[in-house]
Amino acid sequence: MAYSDKVIDHYSNPRNVGALPKDDANVGTGVVGAPECGDVMKLQIKVDESGVIEDAKFKTFGCGSAIASSSLATEWVKGKTVEEALQIRNTDIVRELNLPPIKIHCSVLAEDAIRAALADYQKKQATVAERVSA
Amino acid sequence: MALKLPIFLDNHSTTPVDPRVVEAMLPTFTAEFGNAASRNHAFGWAAEKAVETARGQIAALIGADPKEIVFTSGATESDNLALKGVAHMYRDKGDHIITLQTEHKAVLDSGKALEREGFRVTYLPVQRDGLVDLGDLEAAMGGPNADKTVLVSIMHANNEIGVLQPLAEIGRLCHQRGVIFHTDAVQAAGKVPIDVRSMNVDLMSLSAHKMYGPKGVGALYVRRKNPRVRLVAEMDGGGHERGMRSGTLNVPGIVGFGKAAEIAAAGMVEEAARLTAMRERLKARFLDALPEVYLNGHATERLPGNLNLSFAYVEGESLLMGINDIAVSSGSACTSASLEPSYVLKALGVGDELAHTSIRFGIGRFNTDEEIDYVASRVIQTVTRLREMSPLWEMFQEGIDLKSVQWTGH
Repeated sequence: MAYSDKVIDHYSNPRNVGALPKDDANVGTGVVGAPECGDVMKLQIKVDESGVIEDAKFKTFGCGSAIASSSLATEWVKGKTVEEALQIRNTDIVRELNLPPIKIHCSVLAEDAIRAALADYQKKQATVAERVSA
Repeated sequence: MALKLPIFLDNHSTTPVDPRVVEAMLPTFTAEFGNAASRNHAFGWAAEKAVETARGQIAALIGADPKEIVFTSGATESDNLALKGVAHMYRDKGDHIITLQTEHKAVLDSGKALEREGFRVTYLPVQRDGLVDLGDLEAAMGGPNADKTVLVSIMHANNEIGVLQPLAEIGRLCHQRGVIFHTDAVQAAGKVPIDVRSMNVDLMSLSAHKMYGPKGVGALYVRRKNPRVRLVAEMDGGGHERGMRSGTLNVPGIVGFGKAAEIAAAGMVEEAARLTAMRERLKARFLDALPEVYLNGHATERLPGNLNLSFAYVEGESLLMGINDIAVSSGSACTSASLEPSYVLKALGVGDELAHTSIRFGIGRFNTDEEIDYVASRVIQTVTRLREMSPLWEMFQEGIDLKSVQWTGH
């Protein structure tokens, strides 16, 4: 199978590989996929006081398209608000990376990872708010 | 000598044609182009003579009589002819066939086709090392199937993990019970010694392009004595090959196949030792440099040139992408059309998570020590890089048991 130039670029020079402190209240972590399915993505976001995603990191076990999808996802969420990041669709990732049909699940997983990270962040914030009001 | 890229280390998928084989084939395209079935002129006689020479060369490689070699288009046809041909010939005698879960698709799917016709097929599991449990085989041939089993089909060397099944023991068990024994020896022939007489093999599938011969030609060895094995032909036509396989003989292919067999037989001992040394060198490099690398299949009962390893926490296709100047193959789902990881590794009890990380290195006649060293370095470097970005590797480093994690499968 031939990979698109953009997939090869993200695979060879992945953006934002790494980890953020997962216990930090401003950090949301999403882990999606399963080892026996051949892909696991971990995507983390760090949100500043104004509600803007100031940093994002990922680690991915998966094929080149999975690595590229998650790398692209971290690029895209940075600088967006939580609400804006929720608007990112897997079809946008498919289009940007020219993924073939057999690799569409990689983009779905990346969207899931973004949502899981945002949900984790929102849950943490709700807990903090509860604690403050109590 | 400068290293030439890309490096071909996928010699189980196919092999380059040996230049000596090409040389032998060339005249058959032009001067000696006759039809081997033309009995009344010199062109036909020359072609027939060339085919008979090749038949002898191939028979000698496996200890058969030349008359027992039936030429086909390749091993898929040979496997189909063996399974369906025997089942259809002996259907009044019995309806039960035994094979392995790790067989090539040409055998498994021929079995499935026969099941649709009403035959019963037992797909035996294998042990953790990939070898058949002879007790399981005996049990499958006994009991209610004692008089119903007509055929056992067990491969000699597996195409993914290279393990060598104990043919002589299997042959003995089959012949004690009057059961016909077929083996797909596509990967083993020309690589390890084979003697169909002492191994009690009745049918053997062979392919030229796995032993430095051309593509599109194969053979089925069909025993003529003790017992005489009969087959129903799969194709109707001119009755070539003693009525078992009609169709004008592929003379260039057959001549190349014969030459390839002759070369393989002459150099087998030296070549096996050389490839085994290269395999062990490659394996040692990986095990020295990388933790969490697992060998798939028996450590020593395997083809000299086969090394199948799982590099845990690194998905196979992403590894292949990182070593794109090296041709190897992976048991990862992502490299197949089915999105299922290797059924062979599954049959060994290798978990799907490790099957996704498996790489098959197939070392062949034309590989060099320099290539092996280059491959080792490239793979080590790429595995290390990909582990740094693997969440599973991170969890493993933190001491998290991956089996205890609630994954969101998709």
